[in-house]
Amino acid sequence: MMNRREFCKKAMIVVGGIALPLAALEVFNPKRLQAEKEGRGKVRWAFLVDTQKCVGCGFCVKACKIENEIPYDANVTRTWVERYVITRDGTTHIDSPKGARDGFTTMKIDQNKEGMLDISSADIEKAFFVPKLCNQCDNPPCVQVCPVGATYQTADGVVLVDRTWCIGCGYCIMGCPYSVRFFHPVYHVAEKCNFCYHRISQGMKTACVDACPFGARRIGNLRDPDDPVTKIIMTERVNVLKEEYGTKPQVFYLGFSKEVK
Amino acid sequence: MKNHVWRPLFVALAIVGCILFARTLLVPRDFGAHERGYMYGWHRKSNEAEWKAVRVKYRTAKVCWGCHKDKYDAIRNSAHRSIGCENCHGPNYDHPKDPVGLIIDRTRSLCIRCHSLLPYTASDRGGIRGINPETHFPQAACVLCHIPHNPKPMNQKREAMS
Amino acid sequence: MVHGEAWTIKEFFVYPDEYIYWSIQIVMYPFMTGLVAGAFVLSSLYHVFGVKQLKEIARFSLVFSLSLLPVAMMPLLLHLQQPFRGINVLMTPHFTSAIAAFGIVFTTYGMIVASEIWFVYRGFIVESVLALRGKKERNAVDTLRLVIYTVLAMGAMDLSAEALHKDERAVGLLAAIGIPVACFLHGYAGFIFGSVKANALWMTPLMPVIFICSAVVSGIALCMITYIVTMEIRKLLLTWKRKDNPWFPSTDELKGAEVQVVTMTAKYLVMFLVLAITLELLDLIFRGYTAVRSWDILRSVIYEKDFTKIFILQYGLGNLIPFIIFLMPRLTVRKAALGSLLVLLGVFMMRWNVVIGGQAFSASFAGFMEYRLPIWPDSLENFKEGLFGALTVIATPFVLFFLVTRVLPVFGVKDSH
Repeated sequence: MMNRREFCKKAMIVVGGIALPLAALEVFNPKRLQAEKEGRGKVRWAFLVDTQKCVGCGFCVKACKIENEIPYDANVTRTWVERYVITRDGTTHIDSPKGARDGFTTMKIDQNKEGMLDISSADIEKAFFVPKLCNQCDNPPCVQVCPVGATYQTADGVVLVDRTWCIGCGYCIMGCPYSVRFFHPVYHVAEKCNFCYHRISQGMKTACVDACPFGARRIGNLRDPDDPVTKIIMTERVNVLKEEYGTKPQVFYLGFSKEVK
Repeated sequence: MKNHVWRPLFVALAIVGCILFARTLLVPRDFGAHERGYMYGWHRKSNEAEWKAVRVKYRTAKVCWGCHKDKYDAIRNSAHRSIGCENCHGPNYDHPKDPVGLIIDRTRSLCIRCHSLLPYTASDRGGIRGINPETHFPQAACVLCHIPHNPKPMNQKREAMS
Repeated sequence: MVHGEAWTIKEFFVYPDEYIYWSIQIVMYPFMTGLVAGAFVLSSLYHVFGVKQLKEIARFSLVFSLSLLPVAMMPLLLHLQQPFRGINVLMTPHFTSAIAAFGIVFTTYGMIVASEIWFVYRGFIVESVLALRGKKERNAVDTLRLVIYTVLAMGAMDLSAEALHKDERAVGLLAAIGIPVACFLHGYAGFIFGSVKANALWMTPLMPVIFICSAVVSGIALCMITYIVTMEIRKLLLTWKRKDNPWFPSTDELKGAEVQVVTMTAKYLVMFLVLAITLELLDLIFRGYTAVRSWDILRSVIYEKDFTKIFILQYGLGNLIPFIIFLMPRLTVRKAALGSLLVLLGVFMMRWNVVIGGQAFSASFAGFMEYRLPIWPDSLENFKEGLFGALTVIATPFVLFFLVTRVLPVFGVKDSH
């Protein structure tokens, strides 16, 4: 069995051998070297979220559920929007009623069992929205822990689930630090955001990106140095979620705040 | 008599043999370690094509403008131009063939996704004109007074319609 | 309804897709594998280390570990969303996953236990075949038994002293191989949890070791209880028979043997119990002392939400009280039975507090999830992952034990070694 490192090595030797005459003519290009070091494909999908622009309308969640055939009223979703309200006493209140499928239309915070909490606008220190979706990690722990090879990463970095092979053990759901996985209520197998693989692989954007009226969500190709999303990720101050787990998430956030979980 | 001690081992080997044989029958041929190696790429290759074949529902505003140029002209200069048609009109699928008509969402709950007033200054939501849905004509549909394709304050409605 | 929604109650902020996905059956899984491993280790103490006092219970616990074996897999199958695809673990194992080796470890272990039992019982099986063949008139039951024993004998009919000696050596060897495999089977269940880096409560390298120690504890405890119960029944039967046949041996002899076995077994139980508690407390103290980011939420789960389950049921009732019972002088059979029952409760609560407790808080560290065990099986899911599913799992080994002992009796067999 060939592992990733071996494959990389061999692929680089082969690619290097073929490309040598061309490369010899080219001026030293650090970006290109970077791209070659990281992988072989021409495409590596990445996502960019601008939390400043998100207004919590939830059109993305609605579109995602319909586009990806997740039962509309089931309390699971591939993508969702969280609201963070930090009050003057320093407390952080977070909620995401129905994953924000119907947007945020009231000041009240949904605390689940604890009921609704009304926060007056005078008490608010700062408040903002954070869209969440699968991070399509470079080291996806969910894929590592699948005992049967039912979930995997494609060459372009998207993590998919084989609905005909998944045994439904739930280990991947447990293994995801971002809790983006769930059991599909109809197919009874693990389910997750796949960057609308059917759309991006035919040149479209994801349903959530197309549904967002404010440009808070964007998708791009990290291997294309001219891609506007790649340019932002390379040149601006971006952050990722829960870096400490070593998952190397590929959803980047602009306007991040320390309160974000 | 031969050494009987090995008999359980033969049974064990037979069971292992059965499992290995079952593997050749049950495992799809294209199952293997693909691009991302054994750790991240151990899968059935043809599943990728299955995911690519999922039907597209939201076809984006550009497809709508192809036929509904009048609507495009109406909305292009308004504040609502950035809202995709399908957010309110529903997913296109293969309209006008299937479905022939689309169901338009004219409910208050759609409009207040953005226009319920939330004074969150740390996000762009704080900059959107909003109302309190509980006190702002709670019984009335928004479209009674406001035109979604060219939203203007109430007193300019007539002007907007012309 | 979404899987998990029926028994999960969310409090404060929990990610929308978070539910208690691993429920009662995943509590049962390490509990049952623990019993298997523990029962096997107990029998090996006699076969490998020659602890003579355990001779009586050794054969018993070996057969019991065989009847527990299928039950270690049962909760997993009941838990799977696609139980019929469970075989995929053997078809396309993905060894980077801690679960992938389950099929292989489990099958290997099953074969070791089965072979060992075969060697232990071969003399008996062959004798039964010969006796049945010798019978002039065989009724239907006899014929069935003959068929079963003939198949079980696998044609190895040699009863010479040399052949029986070989059996004995094979048993010793298999028991010796079996101990590490049994520990692996169970330590491995601990690894499945301990290696989940996304779960703050589970992730600790101590998890496999803690699991093995508590497994041995629970296995010994269950063997003791079952042993005591069967001995009591035998005593009752004997007293009843003595009414008509006064020349039968008195029950005192059995009783003396019973007390001796129980006292000896209890010593091993206490030993492993001390080890298990030490490691668990070490883990707890270490978490409190280092107090990394997750400690805030863990503390509120351990000391507030789950206080009763952890400190009263698990450590108090399940560890401390049996510890005192076993260490007090003059251990009686009745006290030992009570102590073992409490130990079983303690180990079960430990599994519960690990599996359910690990999901009692959101990965966002900003909210909690409460588990409500489904009682009434109003749907297949609520049966499978509810009280009745768990009871089925608990009842099955006893049914299997009864069936196995119809063919391979545990008591009153002349020992070949």
